[in-house]
Amino acid sequence: MEAAMGLMRRIHPKQSETALSALLSLLPRHSSDLLSQVDLPLQVLCDVDCGKEFILCEYNRDADSYRSPWSNKYHPALEDAPYPSSELRKLEAEANEIFAIYRDQYYEGGISSVYMWEDDNEGFVACFLIKKDGSKTGQGRRGYLQEGAWDAIHVIEVGPEEEGTAHYCLTSTVMLSLTTNNQSSGTFSLSGSIRRQMNMDLSVADGHLCNMGRMIEEMEGKLRNSLDQVYFGKTKEMVCTLRPPAEIIMRLPDC
Amino acid sequence: MAEEECNDTDLSEKQKKEIAKWFLLNSPAGEIQYVAQDLRSVLNDDKVYEEAALEAFPLYNKSHLICLELPYRSGDVLLTSYNELNGNEFLDPRTAQVAMVDHVKQVCTEVRPAADEELASPYVEDFRCALDAEILKYVGEAYPKGFCSVYCDKGKDMEGPGSDFEFVIVISAAKNSPQNFCNGSWRSIWNVEFKDDVQMLEVKGKLQVVAHYFEEGNVQLDAEHECKDATMFQAPDDCAVSIANIIRHHEAEYLASLEASYSNLPDTTFKDLRRKLPVTRTLFPWHNTLQFSLTKDIQNELGIGK
Repeated sequence: MEAAMGLMRRIHPKQSETALSALLSLLPRHSSDLLSQVDLPLQVLCDVDCGKEFILCEYNRDADSYRSPWSNKYHPALEDAPYPSSELRKLEAEANEIFAIYRDQYYEGGISSVYMWEDDNEGFVACFLIKKDGSKTGQGRRGYLQEGAWDAIHVIEVGPEEEGTAHYCLTSTVMLSLTTNNQSSGTFSLSGSIRRQMNMDLSVADGHLCNMGRMIEEMEGKLRNSLDQVYFGKTKEMVCTLRPPAEIIMRLPDC
Repeated sequence: MAEEECNDTDLSEKQKKEIAKWFLLNSPAGEIQYVAQDLRSVLNDDKVYEEAALEAFPLYNKSHLICLELPYRSGDVLLTSYNELNGNEFLDPRTAQVAMVDHVKQVCTEVRPAADEELASPYVEDFRCALDAEILKYVGEAYPKGFCSVYCDKGKDMEGPGSDFEFVIVISAAKNSPQNFCNGSWRSIWNVEFKDDVQMLEVKGKLQVVAHYFEEGNVQLDAEHECKDATMFQAPDDCAVSIANIIRHHEAEYLASLEASYSNLPDTTFKDLRRKLPVTRTLFPWHNTLQFSLTKDIQNELGIGK
């Protein structure tokens, strides 16, 4: 299993779907582990009742149907399917509305979905998902990208309320890829995926939504910066190590 | 590559081999041995692995322009499709030797002098040799650790003026820092067509850069560029200098455009995916539910947010 995860870390992010399906066929006994540990780009369905799209993931799936966060109905329809309690569903519905506005402010488009369900410890788990197509044929406002995709998955485990505070454990995964293509510089493509965790104990005075929202916002900001400065930066450093720009060549010692 | 449903029957050996080959072929630059190790573990079938490796390694080595040391420190040989004599024999025109290689172990096992018919004619060799010297000089200056070679791809037996021939210049530089979780490679393949009738040289280049950073994550760069140029058909030394200059110019320009692409990232290209901050330049007001309803009303009126 460790070897399988090692392979997933090396294969190009754009090929992760093919790699995962290969691993699933080689290691059928590990399929539930593989499916829970490997993130793939998010898929989307349209909720025909309200004409809005929603994101598919393990957390809103039962058998082959997926529950829409807008209408709370399974697509395709399913008997005896699990639903969050009515209280939690209220929170979930509000979360979807607010998160959609957050999403619009940062992503200027895209699709978002939030799913909640009770867990065994008297707390609950919430999953916030965002999918953005930033290509110029998609919703890339400025038209820079030939191809661009950002998929974010935030899973927050919320512990039971104790003396006015609750414990929040956030695990976030961001998968992104961007490609620019023009005559003078050819194709330039960066893809990546990173995952981070954040734990906080917060007062519930402002409400769960507020706490979770702030954590996600902070996390997304950190991940975006990290991707940009550290990750992309390292690949740039590598390019300049392979073939230094002209000014530097003069100063390089013989190695 | 087949998408498999996992059901009652196990995968056939052939299917397992294809999957193994896929993983090997798609290993990032400099990482095939690591992938091989993990793959063996996952596959749990050495016979299938070895068959897959025998087929995959040669393709990987040639596509990545792997460079191997020749025995007795006589130089280096690049593994490419242009200097491949048969499955595991590769010509090094600079030292006029032929290297026998073990693809899976990625080492050169033996070396022998090249036979006359394996080398270019003296007329063509004049041009090739002069070009090789100039390229060697260029690569030595521009790449801290680059390897290069010039192969005659067409017309190697042309006896004298009045005939066309074609060279392929291969430049390969790789940097592997697995301890820093970072690997990368630069590959240039330049085709030079010597056209006798128009007394011109047509130069076409394909530059490929890849980099992989995987400390607590997995990020990969894939960049590719094609360019063209032309110059006059002159004496071997003059041609060599012209061609090297063309290459130097285009490659430096390409590097500059790569740097520009990177500096555009934070404020332009990346912004099309996700802004750093909303237009308001403040963080999102999660606590202010009144603002939400207001925003919602406005959004509904303006018809946005759908």
